[in-house]
Amino acid sequence: MQHIDTKSHLRGESLYLDDIPMVRGTLFGVVYPSPVAHGRIRSLQLDDALAMPGVVRILTYKDIPGRNQIGGIVPDEPLMAEHEVHFHGMPIAFVVAETDEQARAAIKKIQVDIEPLPVITDPRQAKALGNLIVPPRTFKIGDSTGAFKNCAYIASGRADSNGQEHLYIETQGAYALPLEGGQVRVYSSTQGPTAVQRHAADVLGISMSQVEVDVKRLGGGFGGKEDQATAWAVFCALAAYLLQKPVKYSLHRMEDMRMTGKRHPYSSDFTIGLDKDLNILAYEVCFYQNAGASADLSPAVMERTLFHCTNSYYIPNVTATAYSCRTNLPPNTAFRGFGGPQGMFVIESAIAQIAEQIGVHPSRIQEKNLIRTGHEFPYGQIAQSQAPACWDKACRHFDAKRMMEEVAQFNRNNVLCKKGISFMPICFGISFTKTLMNQARALVHIYTDGSVNISTGAVEMGQGVSTKLIQVAASVFSLPAEQIRINSTNTYRIANTSPSAASATADLNGKAVELACNALKGRLTDMASRILQKDISSIHFRGGQVYVHDAATELNWKGLVQAAYVNRISLSEHAHYATPDIHFDSSIEKGHPFAYHVYGTAITTVTVDTIRGTYQIDAVKIVHDTASSMNRMIDKGQIEGGLVQGIGWMTMEEIVFDQEGRLRSNALSTYKVPDIYSVPGIIDVEFHETDEDNLAIFRSKAVGEPPLMYGIGTYFALRMALKAFNPSGEIGFDAPMTPEKMLMGLYQKKSS
Amino acid sequence: MALLDFIRYEKNLTGTKIGCREGDCGACSILVGEWVQGKLRYQSATSCLMALGHAHRKHIVTIEGINSDNLTPVQKAFAEEGATQCGFCTPGFVVSLTGYCVSDNVNDGSAIDAINGNICRCTGYKSIQRAAQQVQTVMDTRNQESAVSFAVHHGMVPDYFLSIPERLAALQESHTLQTSDDARILGGGTDLFVQQHDQMTEASWQFPGHQDALRLIRKEGDICVMGGAVTVSDIAASEIFRYHFPGLDRYIKLVSSTPIRHMATIAGNFTNASPIGDFSIFFLALDARLTLSKQGRQRELPLRAFFRDYKLIDKDPGEIITEIRFRLPSADDRFHFEKVSKRTHLDIASVNAAISLRMSGGMILEAGVSAGGVAPVPAFLPKSSALLANQYPSPELLETMIGSVQSEIRPISDARGSVEYKRLLLSQLIRAHFMELFPGMAPSFIPTH
Repeated sequence: MQHIDTKSHLRGESLYLDDIPMVRGTLFGVVYPSPVAHGRIRSLQLDDALAMPGVVRILTYKDIPGRNQIGGIVPDEPLMAEHEVHFHGMPIAFVVAETDEQARAAIKKIQVDIEPLPVITDPRQAKALGNLIVPPRTFKIGDSTGAFKNCAYIASGRADSNGQEHLYIETQGAYALPLEGGQVRVYSSTQGPTAVQRHAADVLGISMSQVEVDVKRLGGGFGGKEDQATAWAVFCALAAYLLQKPVKYSLHRMEDMRMTGKRHPYSSDFTIGLDKDLNILAYEVCFYQNAGASADLSPAVMERTLFHCTNSYYIPNVTATAYSCRTNLPPNTAFRGFGGPQGMFVIESAIAQIAEQIGVHPSRIQEKNLIRTGHEFPYGQIAQSQAPACWDKACRHFDAKRMMEEVAQFNRNNVLCKKGISFMPICFGISFTKTLMNQARALVHIYTDGSVNISTGAVEMGQGVSTKLIQVAASVFSLPAEQIRINSTNTYRIANTSPSAASATADLNGKAVELACNALKGRLTDMASRILQKDISSIHFRGGQVYVHDAATELNWKGLVQAAYVNRISLSEHAHYATPDIHFDSSIEKGHPFAYHVYGTAITTVTVDTIRGTYQIDAVKIVHDTASSMNRMIDKGQIEGGLVQGIGWMTMEEIVFDQEGRLRSNALSTYKVPDIYSVPGIIDVEFHETDEDNLAIFRSKAVGEPPLMYGIGTYFALRMALKAFNPSGEIGFDAPMTPEKMLMGLYQKKSS
Repeated sequence: MALLDFIRYEKNLTGTKIGCREGDCGACSILVGEWVQGKLRYQSATSCLMALGHAHRKHIVTIEGINSDNLTPVQKAFAEEGATQCGFCTPGFVVSLTGYCVSDNVNDGSAIDAINGNICRCTGYKSIQRAAQQVQTVMDTRNQESAVSFAVHHGMVPDYFLSIPERLAALQESHTLQTSDDARILGGGTDLFVQQHDQMTEASWQFPGHQDALRLIRKEGDICVMGGAVTVSDIAASEIFRYHFPGLDRYIKLVSSTPIRHMATIAGNFTNASPIGDFSIFFLALDARLTLSKQGRQRELPLRAFFRDYKLIDKDPGEIITEIRFRLPSADDRFHFEKVSKRTHLDIASVNAAISLRMSGGMILEAGVSAGGVAPVPAFLPKSSALLANQYPSPELLETMIGSVQSEIRPISDARGSVEYKRLLLSQLIRAHFMELFPGMAPSFIPTH
């Protein structure tokens, strides 16, 4: 089944935030951001800006009726700076004017005098100064210190991975309307409507029941609109509430890039130890997460880094410690993978380093140590593993042996170009690691004409969740999909939602829809059995018709629905789903946090132009664990799209902050995401279908985040090609591998 | 006012999206139909980089103007391949690809090249490539039929396109654009709208691109003469250029994207004086000469004398580049252009470089060597150029040349690379020049490690 929005997307008729028809009298807001990364505000001069044409009001923290606070996990993030600024781009004031242009012209007239304070952008430096967001955490299994004594090979090193800009093509924005009785309706481009509702209520000093947040769809999110959509929505809500006028703010790209956080950069130290048969016996790793100026989701991201620090491998002795370091950058936030990719990059670096030391291809170590069913992860969960199955299938299906030989032969015969090949197994846990968030609700109405309307907490952002939810209802009711509509996500219809994140949106909301539909189906089946005078167990629905055993009856869906209505049977159901079996005790860092894991293996080949330092990705061949895909088109799209986003992170996407904490890569002209020519020549996706029982909706495993991590393979394939040209070069692990780093590496001379 | 804002906020046509406002994402793509050299021609463009005045006497097509009752073949291909996810970039892709279907220009490349200015963050492009391939298959069946008529017959655009030539022709007669005397001159606008967006929307402009004469490329003996409003796409389509520069398609592909090439002018590339302007580098090597005109007065100036300092050029306000002329390379001569950027396509160079060699019997008689990203201006390298004169190519000459080039440049570290990188990269690009120009000797130019 195609994405349900396909037709309206292709015709340009799908409505996004900036397309919502505006109410007469709408005002426009723009944030005035801090021009420095760290300092004390001595004075703020607003008079000149207030005198600009069209300016209605300029809000500062003093205008907030409630609490000046939007921190999600830790209350350390004011909506607007009070006496100090902590990052370049931190909101100080909110200008409201009659037009967008007037508001933007006015912010140029605001003057702020800030006494500069030292700017820290490096997480290791922040840690040394004791600037931590939350206390460090350590995951531990076995005895790594003791195990190193039994190792035949030990390697230590450092690995760095840079941040990543989400670059959803639709920028952040919100539109708020004042309603009667002190209520506010907020249209927001957010993955977390409840977060917007909660913080708007808190800032405005009203109850959550007075804030309606409505989301039709996002033009991309990728985690960037999970927590960081909140500020703009709260700004608009605040201005609308105070002025009693509709207020809209749609960010320009540079504002968006400058003011919002990104994927967390990490700097990490590792030590890995193997026995003589290449079994990994011990692994120690210390992560320094660059959290930015406030917590945002950093503690949760850091936690997932620890969960995924051993990727797809079984390692009996692990000590992994992580520090969330406070720096003067915009608060870094969720991004597809949520700390997992950063953790996996380090273990892959460790394996690459020790493989080099021993003189074997890293794939030999990877294959040898894949986690198997029954093995224990460092956090105590016992694996139900598809890792060896995916690896073996990839090797067999794509003839990995021949691919390896071809690369070796090519490199023997060529100087101007070198090829590299890498293997990237992945293992990604599905569930919010905060157990309480694994709950969802669905509201399903059947109208008397037989049409069906679904509301859930899921936000559609291109990932296809709306389509999957309709598939669930269509399947339970056995109705054509066209008869089922999905509503915008609205906090008045569905309350206390978890954000659309953690790859779990379709599972959680899909299960809730399934429960609601089953309840309705039960009542309708009962009704049908009364009408037809047949036993309930013999009644079935098929294609909008009621069957008794295998025989169609006169009774159709619409007739049945009307009969139920006439008999005063409820045609609406609100259902609640909470993922069973999951738990985690952070006091001992052990438990069973994930409903299940998603596995897969990617084989990547690349070609490097050794004269120019440029490169192309020849092919990425993937076996991906879907269990039983409920929508192959959507799942394939997620795999291809996730992979390419991961490749971007590992290759051309380079975030550059200067020493003063100013973002230099602040536009699409200076920050490059993959274009149509830079993607792999071939992306071959083979679904690993199993009959494994799992907690996924219709046993169709979650697919949003895991494929991103296949992109890490590209870094290591490029590194192999580099080493083929310059075997003696001392090339560390510092992603992304830009053409600059590639060329410098190709011609780097051994330092000794 | 930018055309994009007019479309969205005056005409309330919200299918045209805002992604970046600097021509780098293609979400705001539109088609521009205009009467050029007596023919109606459609090209894609990014409406964020167009002044409303650019639309004068033109047929502006948004996604709404492409939609019919049923999905068009382009839309159907996207639907079948699952090539839309969040959908925000999708109308831009549909418009650009439809632009390919209504374009007569056989040198425009493939269907995929038509959408190289569109960024998608969701799909990873594979489904989009498959959709474009479907469209390509249909387009490959077009023979002699005119592009618009073929597109209408295949349902790619609505029937009303057939009436446009007549309606546009009527417009050419009836309207002239009034501009004030102090109006600034706006070529393609593809750089100015990025650099000075806020000023752009307020300023008053005149549009040389509206004068047909300024868009001609012609040959006078062995001299090529280009009008000041010639665009990159005009060069790509020019038979003169195609004949004299066998590597043209390769070079053009390294310069921005299809819609930007449709809009960006060569003269604009010069006057913006960006140190990495691709065509500044290209024509510096060729020793192009400029004709500057102001109120009937004209003067000539070599391009090599045009760039004074960072963003400082030898041009009075009000002066306009009306002509660019240069000697075309003969069959013996050699020319090559190299560019490396963080992303190979649709990106600004870290370093670019061009070389033009006048040859006789295997000997270099005269050389022009230029490089961008290594000085405050697009740099002509006079010493290194002189060094090549009356020499035969050899590995020794190459190494001497690299040494000389290094002494002539002064790069700085910035978002496009460190000083060390830019120095190494330019040496490598000089090496690449030699390998490309003298393929028979290429192995001898490979660096020893």
